[in-house]
Amino acid sequence: MKQTETQPRPLARMRGIAKRFGPVTVLHGVDLDIYPGEVLVLAGENGAGKSTLIKILGGVYSDYEGSIELGGRLVRPATPIEAARLGVAVIFQELSLAPTISVADNLFLGRHPGRAGFVDARTQRRAALRALGELGVEIDPDALVGELPMARQQLVEIAKALSRDARLIVMDEPTSALNQPEVERLFRLIDRLKAQNRGIVYITHKMEEIEVVADRIAVLRDGRLIGSAPARELSRERLIEWMVGRRMDTQFPPPTGRLGEERLRLEKISVPDPRRPGRWAVRDVSLQVRAGEIVGLAGLQGSGVSELLQGIFGAYGRRVAGRLWIDGKPARISSPRASIRRGMALLTNDRQATGLIPPMSVLANICLADLPRLSPGGWRRPRLEKEAAERRARETALRAPSLEMEARQLSGGNQQKVVLAKWLQTEPKALLLDEPTRGIDVGAKREIYLLLRRLAAEGIGILLITSELPELIGLSDRALVFHRGEVRAELDKEQLDPNRILAAAMGAEETEGRSCAKN
Amino acid sequence: MREELKERNTTGFLRWDAPATRALAALLLVLLLGCAFNADGAFFKLGTHRDTLRQASVYGILACGMTLVIIAAGIDLAVGSVLALSAVCFSLWSIHWGWSPWLAIPACLLVGAACGGLAGAVHAVFRIQPFIATLAMMVFARGLAKTVSGGMKVSTAVPNPDGTFTFVSVPAIFRAIDSRILGGNLSTVTVIFLLCWLAAWVALTRHRWGRYLFAIGGNEEAARLSGVPVVRAKIFAYMASGLFAAVAGICQAAQEQQGDPEAGMGYELTAIAIVVIGGTNLMGGRGGMGLTLLGTLTIGYLDKILSINAVPEASRLMLTGAIIIAAVLAQRRRQ
Ligand SMILES: Nc1ncnc2c1ncn2[C@@H]1O[C@H](COP(=O)(O)OP(=O)(O)OP(=O)(O)O)[C@@H](O)[C@H]1O
Ligand SMILES: [Mg+2]
Repeated sequence: MKQTETQPRPLARMRGIAKRFGPVTVLHGVDLDIYPGEVLVLAGENGAGKSTLIKILGGVYSDYEGSIELGGRLVRPATPIEAARLGVAVIFQELSLAPTISVADNLFLGRHPGRAGFVDARTQRRAALRALGELGVEIDPDALVGELPMARQQLVEIAKALSRDARLIVMDEPTSALNQPEVERLFRLIDRLKAQNRGIVYITHKMEEIEVVADRIAVLRDGRLIGSAPARELSRERLIEWMVGRRMDTQFPPPTGRLGEERLRLEKISVPDPRRPGRWAVRDVSLQVRAGEIVGLAGLQGSGVSELLQGIFGAYGRRVAGRLWIDGKPARISSPRASIRRGMALLTNDRQATGLIPPMSVLANICLADLPRLSPGGWRRPRLEKEAAERRARETALRAPSLEMEARQLSGGNQQKVVLAKWLQTEPKALLLDEPTRGIDVGAKREIYLLLRRLAAEGIGILLITSELPELIGLSDRALVFHRGEVRAELDKEQLDPNRILAAAMGAEETEGRSCAKN
Repeated sequence: MREELKERNTTGFLRWDAPATRALAALLLVLLLGCAFNADGAFFKLGTHRDTLRQASVYGILACGMTLVIIAAGIDLAVGSVLALSAVCFSLWSIHWGWSPWLAIPACLLVGAACGGLAGAVHAVFRIQPFIATLAMMVFARGLAKTVSGGMKVSTAVPNPDGTFTFVSVPAIFRAIDSRILGGNLSTVTVIFLLCWLAAWVALTRHRWGRYLFAIGGNEEAARLSGVPVVRAKIFAYMASGLFAAVAGICQAAQEQQGDPEAGMGYELTAIAIVVIGGTNLMGGRGGMGLTLLGTLTIGYLDKILSINAVPEASRLMLTGAIIIAAVLAQRRRQ
């Protein structure tokens, strides 16, 4: 960590930060400097300790060893509110919003405008509109946070941190649910913050983002600082080597080419919009997925792709119109339970709300969806469950100190792997994936790509939603692009390119794709 | 990290912050209290412990069902009333109508399970909060108990149509339940409690349904999307709670040799206190039957120690309240 003379004094100086959870040490004496006017990207594998480190800076954990200086003053923030007063705002990986109150109330939680404990609602509403406007998003400040889709909640979380006017802004995977245009808007905002000489810490697993946003990169591995270097001096290969400890192939595995029987067929499926009663989230979608095939679904905010998957999985009950075949057999859409029994699995895009059972053990989480098979006659077989959990943990490159620990104690990326492992354990015929690699590190992502390819080759049909364009392009055999609940384009492997996908997702008519979109 | 894979003890028993360790510590503390205030050695007599267990048993039986419900993030306020209803029915059918225990006991269990199941269905199917649904059942079952008994205690004095009473002897089943075994060293009700506890433990840890309860309590929506039959699993939990309340009612009737429609008032709160003091999380998703066993002993001994030291009822209630809060505070997880 060399410093040149021209460099200004750091905004924050962390020295010898060490943290233990019970018997497990997750940070072993980390030193980190954060400079004004600079974006420091904090990279590292799942469970490396990134979130823990910034939670210490953000006042979430106060029982750590080491010291923190902010602006030359020794501090020890004991709560997030205290950290905010010291000028540190954090966008947490697992959002810190209160779901049952309004967006505006969330933005100003703990510092409502007004006098004598009464909230000046009009002032607050205006301030909320301004804060959200900065991000360029239109969200009703009076809407309840819990009723917003995941991506919107993430935007609210970002707006909340930014509206604190902090000197130091920490973003822990802020774009994990965002689409390209929203990410670009965030980056423009980060440029503005930089120009105002604020310090920014940015945690992400997306290489493309690191390349665009980073000024300096620091890498953690197993709770130790491996190194830090200016971004332009660190090639992608070196960075990955620092992170995973070895050289790694980052190519997407090629498709196998052999297509088998039909695994999933949708005919004129329409799904009601769960948030706007009486409206449709998607209208008249027809598509087919065959064994060995990975079909990508692309779409921006409000395109309805997530609702489509939830709808055919039975998450909305019987209100879905249209016809569905699973594995060649007609299937009435009724409930998730029935869908699982027929060989369907759906990984949802919000692991905290709809994926994980946080207080249950990792093992119990992995086995949950497959319990009917794992406990014949109702009686549980601990041996079977343990073998299953160990196998799926291996397949998904899960790193957990123990399978018995509570799932909420895992790092974000490892929680995601637990949810994926749960669905793999059901051995589905048709696998529906909504952002399967959200928060997962480069090394494990590669393992999961290989795994998905292998599963497809073994005869599974996969429907994939991902907001990461490289992933969509690299993994899909073909893709359907949605705009406002309708298919705008159907693109073959050769036709998949970022501009084309984005154009269709924004509503532009595909000239060649038109015939497909109408079917 | 690879090394730490061997570190199995992350939820282990002897970690200082594990709930089981804390529940055990609370119990030991109460026992120490008993040694200190031993009422001239009364605390060291075997009979005292036998009686403690006997008196705690009825509460313990209620707590078994309550644990299942609370793990699924629910609450059952109706258990005290269902206990009274069952006690009244059991006495009426056994003493007044002369039913054989083979008929009276299953019938009582059925009544209890039906009450629990009904409250559970109202909650699970119509999405009414468990607090409200079981509060309604609490009032309803109390009313039903009074209707069945005609508002009077159902005892061995059987009313005749002309207003006089015929006195009958106590049925054998009452005496059997109220007896002691092992040379008078263990009450039969305690054995019944332990059997109930064992049944609940097996269901919770060895059956698929137990996992479903934890999953529902931990994250209901995620559980539903993982194929957990949420409505059915919940109804079963409240049914089990009603069933255990009926068992407790039978025991209570046998001990008092009568069915009192006013019995079990406030017992639901004691049962909840036992579960919470054991360390089962009221928010759901965490807990276990082992904790409830420790909680039963803690509450039972606390009560006994206060009573052998002749602490007046009024101060006893206040002290118990304060001690429950202290115990729960001591158990609350950091973060
Ligand atoms: N509350 C907790 N109790 C026990 N262990 C914990 C707890 N929180 C985190 N850990 C452990 O600390 C380690 C580091 O976790 P952390 O969340 O900092 O990882 P991360 O670098 O942010 O990973 P990711 O990229 O997956 O978000 C993990 O091994 C995790 O299991
Ligand atoms: Mg993290």
